[in-house]
Amino acid sequence: MASAKRYWEDVKEGDALPEVRVEKLTRTDFVKYAGASGDFNPIHHDQTFVEASGNPTVFAMGMLNASILSRVVTAFAGRPNVRRYKVRFATRAWPGDDVICRGRVTRKLELGAEKLVEGELEAVNQKGETLISGSFVAALPSRA
Amino acid sequence: MPVDKNLIGRKGEPVTMHVERGKIREFARAIKDDDPLYFDEAYATREAGGIVAPVTFLQTASHWDDGRGRPRVPFDLKRVLHGEQEYEFLAPIHAGDVLTAVSTVVDVYEKPGKRGGSMNFAVIETEYRNQGGTLVARARSVTIETGQVVKD
Repeated sequence: MASAKRYWEDVKEGDALPEVRVEKLTRTDFVKYAGASGDFNPIHHDQTFVEASGNPTVFAMGMLNASILSRVVTAFAGRPNVRRYKVRFATRAWPGDDVICRGRVTRKLELGAEKLVEGELEAVNQKGETLISGSFVAALPSRA
Repeated sequence: MPVDKNLIGRKGEPVTMHVERGKIREFARAIKDDDPLYFDEAYATREAGGIVAPVTFLQTASHWDDGRGRPRVPFDLKRVLHGEQEYEFLAPIHAGDVLTAVSTVVDVYEKPGKRGGSMNFAVIETEYRNQGGTLVARARSVTIETGQVVKD
């Protein structure tokens, strides 16, 4: 979806960012992301390999979840306004899991000519376990 | 095995990466994002000067790396986790751009693992410059080698 135009003056610290939700990840989702990204680590698609390495089944690439989480920022600020995006991977997402992504504005600041918004991000699964915690910086247009 | 501090400063070879419209479309679909900035040329040109690359699109640089771009860190693939990832965007990245990526090991260190053994960390920073020589993005990735096979 195209992002709605937001002005810096209209944003407050504590504001929630639009929620992004992907329900019931599938192995096909992992394979599509493998092809798109070039991450062919067999741990994300090869059942024989994962069993040999002591895992029950394949799991999502952290970067697939991080890419879904980044949509919270682009829906809020628009892709061209994203200045920084940082994620830390906590637990893994398995086939059938939901990826529920949220964010919140923590600070507004001006840096040079840019009016910036900083915020925190989180992706959780359907049990509320943290998949990723993250942060962002985005520039927003000004009414001034 | 203790980490070798001599790895710090090790560089990969430059990787040339063409930012392609079809790849952006494929990537946006894989992350289930229907933002018209990735799909609709007329809209994207009006709003952003052309089709733009998604936030995490630079991960696709691995398609352009024959194996020499990523500086070698001798971690066991069965015990490797992606710990953190960060992107800093300094200038726009559009379909049609040709980027050159240079990756450097900027830190390696070890910590005791919560589930036994020690964990090794490698921090790799990649700088992306476009065809005009402008630094457009910087990526930092933290890779972890766990002491044993990863279990939640």
